[in-house]
Amino acid sequence: MTFLELKNYRKKFGENEVLKGISLSLEKGEVLAVIGSSGGGKTTLLRCLNFLEMPDEGELYLGGEKLFDAADKKQYSDAAIREKRLHFGLVFQQFNLFPQYTVFRNITLAQTLLAKQDLRHKKALFAAQRRAAPKEERKKLKAQQKRVLDEIRSNQKKNIEEKAEGLLERVGLSEKRNAYPYELSGGQQQRVAIARALALSPDILCFDEPTSALDPELTGEVLKVIKGLKSSDSTMIVVTHEMEFAKNVADHVIFMADGVIEEEGTPAEVFDSPKSEKTRAFLRRSLEENF
Amino acid sequence: MFLDIMGELAVGFLTTCELFALTLIFALPLGLLVSFCTMSKFTPVRVLFKVIVWIVRGTPLMLQLLVIFYGPGLLGLPAMRNRLFAAVIAFVINYACYFSEIYRGGIESVSKGQYEAGQVLGMTRGQIFFHVVLLQVIKRILAPMSNEVMTLVKDTSLANTIAVVEIIRVATTISSNYAINIIYPILYSGIFYLAFIGILTLLFGWLEKKFNYFRV
Repeated sequence: MTFLELKNYRKKFGENEVLKGISLSLEKGEVLAVIGSSGGGKTTLLRCLNFLEMPDEGELYLGGEKLFDAADKKQYSDAAIREKRLHFGLVFQQFNLFPQYTVFRNITLAQTLLAKQDLRHKKALFAAQRRAAPKEERKKLKAQQKRVLDEIRSNQKKNIEEKAEGLLERVGLSEKRNAYPYELSGGQQQRVAIARALALSPDILCFDEPTSALDPELTGEVLKVIKGLKSSDSTMIVVTHEMEFAKNVADHVIFMADGVIEEEGTPAEVFDSPKSEKTRAFLRRSLEENF
Repeated sequence: MFLDIMGELAVGFLTTCELFALTLIFALPLGLLVSFCTMSKFTPVRVLFKVIVWIVRGTPLMLQLLVIFYGPGLLGLPAMRNRLFAAVIAFVINYACYFSEIYRGGIESVSKGQYEAGQVLGMTRGQIFFHVVLLQVIKRILAPMSNEVMTLVKDTSLANTIAVVEIIRVATTISSNYAINIIYPILYSGIFYLAFIGILTLLFGWLEKKFNYFRV
């Protein structure tokens, strides 16, 4: 069954049309690699998926339900957009870790803030319940509610921390838990950024050229982590210049040029027998770069 | 004689400190508001506040003191009676504008990626500002802030213009009353300023060290 479906995404910056009608679909657990030369619209596509940019036209379906329709975008509140964003995670080319927080806090921050919001809702709900209750029972009710809230709070904390520890282990950085970002190598920072994105359990995790800002000897460790994430329930979209990685890890490859999908298919189809002349030229060039 | 003079100067210095503290308490948060307004996406607000900042930074503080103190009376409004109050108003407006430019520089120096990282993690604009951006801004503006705050210590002597009895006013009064060599009381007042600046230097040095645990 199709998990993510994108219909006719278009995006213009001024007169420059960067996405000229992108449609694609993705199954759950699939890894999609997006390749193409710079300026082809790959990054814009990811930014539109994460609602960092709003597409001018197009619809997005997730798990069969319509999540976003550019025709209604003016009606979406900030809160609604935030909620939609949580279905997606994004790992940036430049990592963008929060420099003032430890590795651990970088991973737990967003979840902690979300948990606080939930708690506030619950508190408001309880306050309303108290007002509705008869006067003599209010005190008893209040004590009871306080116990519930305390329990929720400690559970939240426990869950968030356990999850972060698990993620650190998964990206192989458990011993760096209390380090600050500047104390880490680029590869380690990017692995923390991956853990941070995973902490919110996004339905689809996007990577925007995750290894382009790294020294060549550090790309391997990051690609290995991404490869290790591949499982039946983690769906990923990876914009990359690493052709070998796309070939070996992706289930599906898209070649983008000038804002359209020029070619798509399995890695074997796209890399071994490309149909489009543009794809052939691109692949030839990227092979030459590798000598 | 020396101790008498120092005693009187100390009383004047209390007023100096009062003016200094009140200015900081109000100008620091007000400056942040002004900086938001000068960065506003709503053009009329942005232009209005840019013009205000231009006027305030473009005219001498001494002139602003005179306008605030004498202006209301000259316009037929109730006249300003409390000189210190007028001085605080003028200083707060003046310093809020200078602080706003420092804040703006600090806020704009935080990379777009930091905001975007917060956004994709589902944070609200308020959460991004307070939990992601603010600490980085504070770290970056500490050095220019320490400069500005030290300038404020010495700028308070301008309140002398509207006869606020701060330390320089006390010193010049002593000189004329006692008919002694005019230079000494004013020279002694320098000791107070130096001591105060010394303390501030230590304080800012300590703060900068406190923020050394991370790099931006």
